[in-house]
Amino acid sequence: MAEIIDGGGHEGKGGKKRPKKGHVHMDMTPMVDLAFLLLTFFILATSLNKPKALEIIYPKEVENPDETTKLKDDLATTILIGEEDEDVYYYFGKFKPDTTELIPTDFSKDGIRQVLLDRNKDIIERVDQLKEKLSTKEINDSIYKQQYAKLVNDSLAPFVIVKTIDKSPWRNVVNAIDELNITNVKKRAIIDMAESEAIAVRQTSAERKNNP
Amino acid sequence: MPKVKMPKSAPSLDMTPMVDLGFLLVTFFILTAKFRPNEPLIVDTPKSHAEIQLPEKVMVITIDSAGRAYFDLSGKDIRTAMIKGMAERYPSLKLTDQVVQRFSVLGMFGMPVASLEQYVSGDEKTKAALDKQTLGIPMDSLNNEMADWIQEGYEAFMADAQAKGVSLEELRKNDKLRLSYAIKADGETDYEKIEKVVDIFRDKQIYQFNMVTSMETGDN
Repeated sequence: MAEIIDGGGHEGKGGKKRPKKGHVHMDMTPMVDLAFLLLTFFILATSLNKPKALEIIYPKEVENPDETTKLKDDLATTILIGEEDEDVYYYFGKFKPDTTELIPTDFSKDGIRQVLLDRNKDIIERVDQLKEKLSTKEINDSIYKQQYAKLVNDSLAPFVIVKTIDKSPWRNVVNAIDELNITNVKKRAIIDMAESEAIAVRQTSAERKNNP
Repeated sequence: MPKVKMPKSAPSLDMTPMVDLGFLLVTFFILTAKFRPNEPLIVDTPKSHAEIQLPEKVMVITIDSAGRAYFDLSGKDIRTAMIKGMAERYPSLKLTDQVVQRFSVLGMFGMPVASLEQYVSGDEKTKAALDKQTLGIPMDSLNNEMADWIQEGYEAFMADAQAKGVSLEELRKNDKLRLSYAIKADGETDYEKIEKVVDIFRDKQIYQFNMVTSMETGDN
């Protein structure tokens, strides 16, 4: 039990000093119970994980996708997000109806991420070098940011177009952007799918359902 | 060998340090706790690896899986100014002091202006019933109330910042003082609905968004 030590307070002149025998005991258990009850309540009621935010910057005006792909076809990767959760496909370069094959993929570790890592190898390597320089204090934070921006926006850097239809689930769009962030692809755009691509997605999706 | 004498009285344990610690923690949690506002809309946000925390000064548009949009901007003074601005735009919205007062401490809302007054002055039951049947804040081109809320919210925020002595220069430079825009949507929501909200913002020359996500666990 908790105890309060009484310091024997009678020190008046002439008075007989009579040291107290033993201690004054106070039962602190109910108070402790209450304290821990409150503690438990507040721990449980506090929301510990604050929501995180994924930053997306939309372009001022939707760029003309045909023009960009025409210029640097070989740098383009297009991710198509269809209606169903598992309708995620990609292709490289320019879309040609009938001949372009849509490659099914997903947002797991070995899905689209590997494709983009491979595609963006040079940039990622250079970003890593830059990060190392930052960690060894060779360059400071502002130079790092500047060089990083220069690196990822290089005109030869691969770029990714995320194409959606009206019914694309938001989760897949967020996942796609997240993968782009992980793989340091900063040149990107989210635009609506062309009709020819939407048809190709529907066909591939139907084929996959028929022969699993 | 001498016999070990057992004390006769009950063993006593000094609990004071434990109690001290207990109360210290209680105090800490009481002071840091922020109560979760009750959310009329259930939204299961997608997961991401994003590490940016949601800014403090933020206008949040919440969209559930059915595509209903709710609006939220916190700050008592800001909200008061905002609803007064809306009442000027929509003369059908009749404001009493009580409505303004209750609106200023409300959380997110997703009512068309026509039923806003009923919602704000209603009790919990009325609110729950209205939340159930609402279609969110109208966003179609004929009746774009969402655009007006965003506009009024922005203006109210700027007026409030200036009243607090923050100059425009500081607002432009400092990310923490500036108003951010967040979209909190359910993972199941059709992208079309989000695009609609984004387009309203883009009309107002706002291009940067914070998409609210929850943290991804595991290595995927």
